Amino acid sequence: MTRVIVITSGKGGVGKTTTSASISSGLALRGFKTAVIDFDVGLRNLDLIMGCERRVVYDLVNVINGEANLSQALIKDKHCDNLFILPASQTRDKDALTEEGVEKVLKDLSHQGFDYVVCDSPAGIERGAVMALTFADEAIVVSNPEVSSVRDSDRILGILQSKSRRAIEGREPVKEHLLITRYAAKRVEEGEMLSYKDVQELLRVPLIGVIPESDDVLQASNQGTPAIHLKDSDVAFAYQDVVARFLGEDRPLRFVSYEKPGILKRLFGGK
Amino acid sequence: MSLLSYFFGSKPKTAAVAKERLSLIIAHERTSNRAPDFLPALQKELIEVISKYVNVGLDDIKVQLEKQDNCEILEVNITLPEQPQK
Repeated sequence: MTRVIVITSGKGGVGKTTTSASISSGLALRGFKTAVIDFDVGLRNLDLIMGCERRVVYDLVNVINGEANLSQALIKDKHCDNLFILPASQTRDKDALTEEGVEKVLKDLSHQGFDYVVCDSPAGIERGAVMALTFADEAIVVSNPEVSSVRDSDRILGILQSKSRRAIEGREPVKEHLLITRYAAKRVEEGEMLSYKDVQELLRVPLIGVIPESDDVLQASNQGTPAIHLKDSDVAFAYQDVVARFLGEDRPLRFVSYEKPGILKRLFGGK
Repeated sequence: MSLLSYFFGSKPKTAAVAKERLSLIIAHERTSNRAPDFLPALQKELIEVISKYVNVGLDDIKVQLEKQDNCEILEVNITLPEQPQK
């Protein structure tokens, strides 16, 4: 049975695409046959983050319109054997994504034996974002510890609870997870940033992980390598933990507390 | 206290302000955004009926739907004018 996971947030720039790339890669590394779909029609970017931008021939809208079949459009990932990317179209036609079209693509992926389909939602609450969450079984809501992001996350939770197929058909609701990204433990400790506990208390959604703020994310996107593959990086470890928790493993939270550097470290530098 | 914090250079804790503001706005938006579509119409019709008998305005009636565990509570709050004219 294929599980459909939407990565969503409402607000832009919080790390949805970074998260989609890393979680889909993480699931594939665990041996699951995984597809990751970019729903940001008109502003395709997942291909760049995954490093497959020069191999895009067909896209999601081509498949929906019957101009290409699914196997032609799926791009095999260069890092993982069982990961496939379905890029977004660069068309400006807002109505290109149809509910029937998306449903058919997801059904076809299911027939091809995919274990997980990760839907990378665009920002906002317009058609693309709604299409990305319509068929979700689980949702990872990405939020920064910052007022506008938290408020928008709450909005998108409301939409999940009213517009998803599971909600409309009165089935078991979409399983929600909260992922906090760009977390600066030092600033939290100094009272300058909302803590992960604050955010979770406000949104009332189970926490699946905290990703620390890090320069490594830019380094990863520069190279087109999902952050989870980085060597010796806190971000990579944090995403690996998220994937483990998603699969039901128990992992303690890391990178959520700040230790003051000792006098030696302050004198001689270091990171 | 403020004098102490002045000398020790501690900054105001803005995260606490953020949390306070968010908890208020989120609570407010949860009740207004997740209300069913018929509430505004219900409010309008209630005003029409009640204003036949009592002089009430649009702002004197508040209709809210609240959720507590498994049951939903429809709360209609009507403020009557203070001194009925005789």
